[in-house]
Amino acid sequence: MQLNKRYTSVWWLLATTLAIVFVCSMSWGAIVISLHDVFSSVSNYFGGHELTLDERIFLNIRLPRAISCLLVGASLAMAGVLMQALFRNPIVEPGLVGTSSGAAFGASLYFVLGATFKFNAGVWTLPIAASAGGAMATVFVFALSHRKEGTQSVISLLLTGIAVNALCLSGVGLMSYLARDPQARSITFWNLGTLSGSSWNSVLLIGISTLVCLAVSLRYAKALNALAMGEDEALFLGVNINRLKISVVAITVCLVAVATAFVGVISFVGLIVPHLLRLMKGSDNRFLLIGSALMGGILLSLADLAARLLLAPAELPIGIVTSVIGVPVFILLLRRNKHYF
Amino acid sequence: MLRLENITVQMGSKKLLDSISVDFYPGKINLIIGPNGSGKSTLIKVASKQIAPTGGNVWYENKKATDFSFQQLARCRAVLSQHTEIAFPLKAWEVVMMGRYPHFTTHPSRADEQAITQAMDYFDVVALAHRDYATLSGGEKQRVNFARVLSQVWYPVPGKLRFLLLDEPLTFLDVNFQYQFMRKLIELEHKDDLVIVGVVHDLNLASQFGDSILLLHEGKAMARGKPAEVLTADNIEKSFQIRPQIFSRGNSNYISF
Repeated sequence: MQLNKRYTSVWWLLATTLAIVFVCSMSWGAIVISLHDVFSSVSNYFGGHELTLDERIFLNIRLPRAISCLLVGASLAMAGVLMQALFRNPIVEPGLVGTSSGAAFGASLYFVLGATFKFNAGVWTLPIAASAGGAMATVFVFALSHRKEGTQSVISLLLTGIAVNALCLSGVGLMSYLARDPQARSITFWNLGTLSGSSWNSVLLIGISTLVCLAVSLRYAKALNALAMGEDEALFLGVNINRLKISVVAITVCLVAVATAFVGVISFVGLIVPHLLRLMKGSDNRFLLIGSALMGGILLSLADLAARLLLAPAELPIGIVTSVIGVPVFILLLRRNKHYF
Repeated sequence: MLRLENITVQMGSKKLLDSISVDFYPGKINLIIGPNGSGKSTLIKVASKQIAPTGGNVWYENKKATDFSFQQLARCRAVLSQHTEIAFPLKAWEVVMMGRYPHFTTHPSRADEQAITQAMDYFDVVALAHRDYATLSGGEKQRVNFARVLSQVWYPVPGKLRFLLLDEPLTFLDVNFQYQFMRKLIELEHKDDLVIVGVVHDLNLASQFGDSILLLHEGKAMARGKPAEVLTADNIEKSFQIRPQIFSRGNSNYISF
């Protein structure tokens, strides 16, 4: 009897697509950068020669942006896999426990009040404000839904998440109301998500968070598989449920808060990618985690290409692109799988 | 032996279990019966370390349950529940493989694959191995789960006991499956390093297949012993509030209401 699944063809498919999409993502945009420029910019950079304008655009803007797409997509999709496994529900998204809206609130607080409170940490200011907001909202949700017996019910977690989300979003609304014109524009733009601010700084930090979280979460893949049968059964199989929950939420917060901190709120990636992977090859979380790291990058790169090209030379916020793709998929999922609720 | 020592479970002012002490020995089918709310499920939950008792200790051989990590305990103790639903599409063999999770870190070994192949063969679910678990019938699901649970404690460990706890595993099964299931249990009973403890609802099943019966009533042990000693008309009337007629035929007693 064959008792393992062969994933080789899926890995090849994902890796090839990723490579093609990455090349497109490097070349296409407001200006087209040829492969020749790509190679010459790298050799000139390391050779210490003067760079042309195209080469500089490539090295300082296009390349970090293309890599950011891969990393942010990977982070959001992995966070989706983790949240869905934890809540035992395939239509859950990382945004549900307050991380994204908390980050949005933190960012808008900074946009409006940052100057007043003289809070400034250079390029890291916005990321720090956003991750702090995201982490605080999530901790808040967890503390409020925590019950005396030391257990955490999924339903109360979700409902508390809805309440805290609403609170954070009205906080964002209040900040927009108080904001002067340029600040309000920053808030709006950030809430819709954009990768146009990508830099090598952001690549470094998101890269570390993505790789570390991937490595750590793979250790919990088996326990999350067992959790699909419910908390009791997972406990009988030797899973320490409370530790699992805390670890998985911590990993998710790290993934989402760091990614959101640099690129703003991008929804639905964490919903669509795990679903597509499940259709391809089942629900083993080891496969889903690695697969979503690859496919998340592909999907976000494609969305970013669309955001860059549809209104070129102007840019569409990427959050709008992912929502336009994501909402129909979400509704389709809801309609096809009524038994999830 | 699995020993429950002075187990008390209190919820608010209500005592779900009131200082129960009982030993379960290997090589026997130990069954627990009692009316709704008598504490049967609570007893199994305490024994499996799913909940901690308010007072008393659970001993696995000569080690307290609290001294085991969840994973250590899962290597020698398996629990079969009433019914198990799975939130995501998984193949039946993937579900059975979960039984081996306590034994490997990332990838199953040859021995793990062998254990689940043999366990699936034992419960006649080899043909279902590549079916989606969600599409199976109730009886098929429960056989797959029994294969999973048994594969969890498949290999004997020299000098140590294995523990199999059953929490009303027959509730949602047809008569046919119930008897098939009990016959499998009888086969397992001959393994003298396996401690079997089960909660059942059906008094006739308990009477025919049990070696040692524990009758619970309002959180207390009302009677303990062989089926004929425990399942008397008086005991049943006292605990279940209804008087049965008991017929003897061959070696078994049949209980009728």
